[in-house]
Amino acid sequence: MEAAVSSLFAQKMEILEIVKMSLQVSGSATLLSALIGIPLGAWIGLSEFKGKRLLLRLVYTLMALPPVLAGLLVYLLLSRSGPLGFMELLFTPTAMIIAQCLLVTPIITGLVSAGIAAKEGLIFEHAISLGASKTQATWTIIKEARTGIIAGIMTGFGRAFAEVGAVMLVGGNIRHMTRVLTTSIVMETRQGNFEMGIALGIILLLLSFMVSSIVLSNAEEFSLK
Amino acid sequence: MNLFEISGLKKNFGDRTVLNINELTLQTSKIYAVLGPNGSGKTTLLRVLNLLLAPDSGWIKFMGGDIGISQADRLSVSRQMCMVFQRPFMFRSTVFNNVAYGLKLRRVAKPECERRVNEALDFVDMVDFAKHSATRLSGGETQRVALARALVLQPRVLLLDEPTANLDPGSVQHIEEIIRKYHQEYNTSVIIVTHNLFQAKRIADESILLINGEVVERAYTAEFFDHPRELRTRQFLDGTMVY
Repeated sequence: MEAAVSSLFAQKMEILEIVKMSLQVSGSATLLSALIGIPLGAWIGLSEFKGKRLLLRLVYTLMALPPVLAGLLVYLLLSRSGPLGFMELLFTPTAMIIAQCLLVTPIITGLVSAGIAAKEGLIFEHAISLGASKTQATWTIIKEARTGIIAGIMTGFGRAFAEVGAVMLVGGNIRHMTRVLTTSIVMETRQGNFEMGIALGIILLLLSFMVSSIVLSNAEEFSLK
Repeated sequence: MNLFEISGLKKNFGDRTVLNINELTLQTSKIYAVLGPNGSGKTTLLRVLNLLLAPDSGWIKFMGGDIGISQADRLSVSRQMCMVFQRPFMFRSTVFNNVAYGLKLRRVAKPECERRVNEALDFVDMVDFAKHSATRLSGGETQRVALARALVLQPRVLLLDEPTANLDPGSVQHIEEIIRKYHQEYNTSVIIVTHNLFQAKRIADESILLINGEVVERAYTAEFFDHPRELRTRQFLDGTMVY
């Protein structure tokens, strides 16, 4: 443990840079996924349409998408010979964000849809009976399903923050550019620097704990106002 | 004045007809008790009246006028009534915010909203609970908040779906007092679905018996219980009806 702490202090600046990059990439990916996944999940949860069950099965399947496969797909898309190769995004933080979005969007969509569908009928009837229009009733359902929505966001962030396969493939673990906590842990372990690997792992867990604490405490404030 | 005029009303769930009412007219400023065995269509009738369910055929007039099909027309009609459910859902917020919900939807100014919420909470003896979490109340308290949430909107008609089911006798008495007092003070029409025959006797001006979605008998409450005209009503009241 002492060795782990002293290795951390020795490379303080570089670790801060890695932490910053990890938060930037996973935070942006989660934010983008939430912007897509919350409305999509709400729409699936609230609507009845042909093919809904098939769409839900697809979303639930994608929730278990292996990170390496997501990374491979983005790699093929962004590689020089790929359809988006001209954008020269491979081995950049943007490529890492895209890959993580692919992993996180289905998680947020699936959990939001399940959270909303569980309450939809009951809340809708109460809201309409109290004089809500359909739009107002829908907004009330979304507010009431906030625990499910926040759980979706937090699970998505956790998935993005802890995954290594996708960011390793499309980011390349380039020092000062695309190196994040998880890829650093893999690298340190390969080099036999187990103390450093453990120290980075502890940082990863602590950051994850801090982010979820901040989000959950703010969520309590988000009530019927 | 007629509150509701119902004609040829039918509602099916799959192959099953749950409501089949040829003619039924309800007047304003009265308390009606809707009685009947489980599955007789009582709650469905309330939901249709509250525009939560669309009938498959027939028509309903509200206050002498047809109910339009546009969303705005339906909203303006549904905002004149309010339903309290058997198991009311409390929004995850304070008691105050729950009662204020309908007023906020109607964009009532904050000072007036506060005044009306406090009045409604006072009416149901729940002022001290204003800042409490609405999801942590007892059954009787929840039902009183649900009533306050409806009363604060000053509806023309109050639709109550077994509001005292599963409550202890003290809470039942309290809820009945609130309903009676509100009806007297504001002349609000009340339609209450209940399995409690004594409750119907205590508070209703008129009683209606529904069986298999059809109105079997409708009469002044004293007459309904003391001199029922129909054999099925007598069997229902005697408890000898096998459903």
